[in-house]
Amino acid sequence: MTSARTLPLPAAVTVSLTVLLAACGSGASPVTDGTTLTVTANAISGGKNSATADWTAKWLIPRFEQAQKAAGRDVRVVFQPNGVDDEEYKTKIALDLRSGTGADVIDLDGIWVGEFAQAGYIEPLSGTAGPAVDRWEGWTRIPRAVRGLGVFEGRTYGLPQGTDGRVLFYNKTLFARAGLPAAWQPRSWQDLLDAGAALKKAGVPTPLQINAGTAMGEATSMQGALPLLAGAGAEIYANGKWTGASQALKDVLDLYRRIYTTGLGDPRLQQEAKGRDKSFQEFADGRIGVLAEGDYFWRSVIEPTAGVAPMKDRDRAVGYALIPAERPGAGVRGQDFVSMSGGAVRVLNPRSENAALAWELLAFMHSAEATKAGLAGEARITSRTDVNDEVLKDDPMLSFVSDRVLPLTAYRPGLAVYPQISTALQQATAAVTTGTPVDEAATAYDRQLQSLVGPSAISR
Amino acid sequence: MRNEPFGPTTEDHRLKSARTRASGASPINADAAGLGIRRAVGFVVPAVVVVGVFLVFPALWTIYLGVTDFALTGISAADPRTVGVDNYAEALGDERFHASLWLTAQYVAGSAVIGQAGLGFAVAWVLRDRPGPVKRVVEGLILLAWILPSSVVAFLWIALLDRDAGTLNALLHTPGAAWLLDHPMASIIVFNVWRGTAFSMMLYGAALENVPPSHLETARLAGASTFQQIRDVVLPRIRGHVLTNMLLISLWTFNDFTSFQITAGGPEGRSEIVPVYIYDVALRGGRLGFGAAVSFLVLLVNLVAALLYLRTARSRGGVAA
Repeated sequence: MTSARTLPLPAAVTVSLTVLLAACGSGASPVTDGTTLTVTANAISGGKNSATADWTAKWLIPRFEQAQKAAGRDVRVVFQPNGVDDEEYKTKIALDLRSGTGADVIDLDGIWVGEFAQAGYIEPLSGTAGPAVDRWEGWTRIPRAVRGLGVFEGRTYGLPQGTDGRVLFYNKTLFARAGLPAAWQPRSWQDLLDAGAALKKAGVPTPLQINAGTAMGEATSMQGALPLLAGAGAEIYANGKWTGASQALKDVLDLYRRIYTTGLGDPRLQQEAKGRDKSFQEFADGRIGVLAEGDYFWRSVIEPTAGVAPMKDRDRAVGYALIPAERPGAGVRGQDFVSMSGGAVRVLNPRSENAALAWELLAFMHSAEATKAGLAGEARITSRTDVNDEVLKDDPMLSFVSDRVLPLTAYRPGLAVYPQISTALQQATAAVTTGTPVDEAATAYDRQLQSLVGPSAISR
Repeated sequence: MRNEPFGPTTEDHRLKSARTRASGASPINADAAGLGIRRAVGFVVPAVVVVGVFLVFPALWTIYLGVTDFALTGISAADPRTVGVDNYAEALGDERFHASLWLTAQYVAGSAVIGQAGLGFAVAWVLRDRPGPVKRVVEGLILLAWILPSSVVAFLWIALLDRDAGTLNALLHTPGAAWLLDHPMASIIVFNVWRGTAFSMMLYGAALENVPPSHLETARLAGASTFQQIRDVVLPRIRGHVLTNMLLISLWTFNDFTSFQITAGGPEGRSEIVPVYIYDVALRGGRLGFGAAVSFLVLLVNLVAALLYLRTARSRGGVAA
């Protein structure tokens, strides 16, 4: 037998390192006498979603720990911050859950719920935390459509944090110069093009900005292609089939063609890596007439004091209108107006060692008091009607979204293949904005769709 | 003269003699032989473990993933199916992949082989007999680009090349010139030359110190031009360094992802080099099986490049130490 003394140094070092690495990789929670729960989100103080990180650390954790202490329990909550691109965050969370680790309560984009459920990373809330889930008071406060953010195949996997809606923002000052009304509401795509033509005639550099191309990523789908598709009477995914090179899709691409090949839109802006950020600045600078965006644009971009492209006269100079269908009544479900919505949810880790307590924390996070505190003074559409009634009443724009847009909105399908189909759609819009004929772009999209889902899963 | 960096060691002699004596040797000799073998194995095991764990296993795993439809999320994450060579067939038939290979070839040739190596040598040549302070300042400035975090450098270049508020347009009085949109590949090639020249400069700077000044002086007195001095006197003496540098910077550039932060592969794929393509399909699209197949194809390309280099190096008399 080789004695320890004669064990060669490299082997000894390897053994030591192996032991050390194994110890480091255990991912153990901080040592505590009581129970420790962990919460994670793509939020970090002083960086991305700073307000959420601050609320979690300064409001949520102390209050929850205090409430547990009052109930005679020693509970510690640890926040795991992140400040990365959403795709990187998604990858990290997927890998955490895949390896059986991860936080007890996890923030997810609602669009990821389906694919995480399919992968077996998350389970229905009641399956993880038991019957207490169904007894929660908050369910009655969440509208069915918003609750759908956390639902996949009829089962509830997460609690929605809130939602949003897409509208057409327009610059009233430029409208006045073009002889257009201050209270503008287009009723068809032709109305939109006519307004664009009038703005162009009045010397507005970019009359219309409907996001296009792959550089803007999901913003192209959510603010452009998908609401337009809904306006043409089709959904990207319905009855188990994806929309291929249908007439509705060709109509959408034709509208893009008309906007971007006739000088109504700036095709180059759609190609830039930071094109969306530039579109924000150009709107704030009075160089864009009409911009299709989510309410995020109103409350975080052109917000007069803290926006990234603030407009001091926002409330007076910026109008907003519903996105019209191609023609009145031609929209999905026979609607005159359409929109798209998204939103974040919070889920429980099925591997949580304290699932019941994790549910208590999750329910606490979604109480009226916590939801209101999480707004940190900012008006935003939360998932709770009781909170919305209180916080939106002083913000007509967000009330408009809550009252007028959400009833007619649509949501993306939460399926794993969706991001690739979304990219294919973005590529189709890119092609027509740079001069490719509509039929050719639609055919190329359809071909790509077939390679992704197979011919039998496509409707035309 | 050829180097023999790894000549026979005392341990080799000990093992050899132990083996020859072990057949009919005394128990003492047999013990010694056994001890020698155990000791040798002890020295080899760590390397085998490290290479096995960190190189061989991941490579085999990548090959396995490449024949499945394994995905980051969705049904294929829970239950990946074997798809044979479908991923490879799709990649080899994918026009986007072909385009990314062609763009990568331009990126490597333009920014590594010509740009970094050429400029790095030129700077090293000019600085070789400059006074210390001048040399240190210039080297320091060039080195700065290399040691800055890539995200910082990328941000600087976006600020430099932006069409609306870019410094370059202000300097050239070309308002609205969209360098990143109209010349995306040229933009990232110049960026990569700027960022990576320091390595070549330092390597060639060290190599040039091995060239005796008297040889250059002799060539100069014989009427040789600068070009002839470099071609006939310098290059034969630093061939190993040149080949090593070419291999390293080519592989680094082939696998470089920094340009993503400037153009994100755009506009519309016109600067989508292979690593950006893989990132987009594997991570953004979540198709890990397909991404693994493409990565394996890229590994083969890198392997061929490395083998070609080694073969060239052997035929030309060794590599840089």
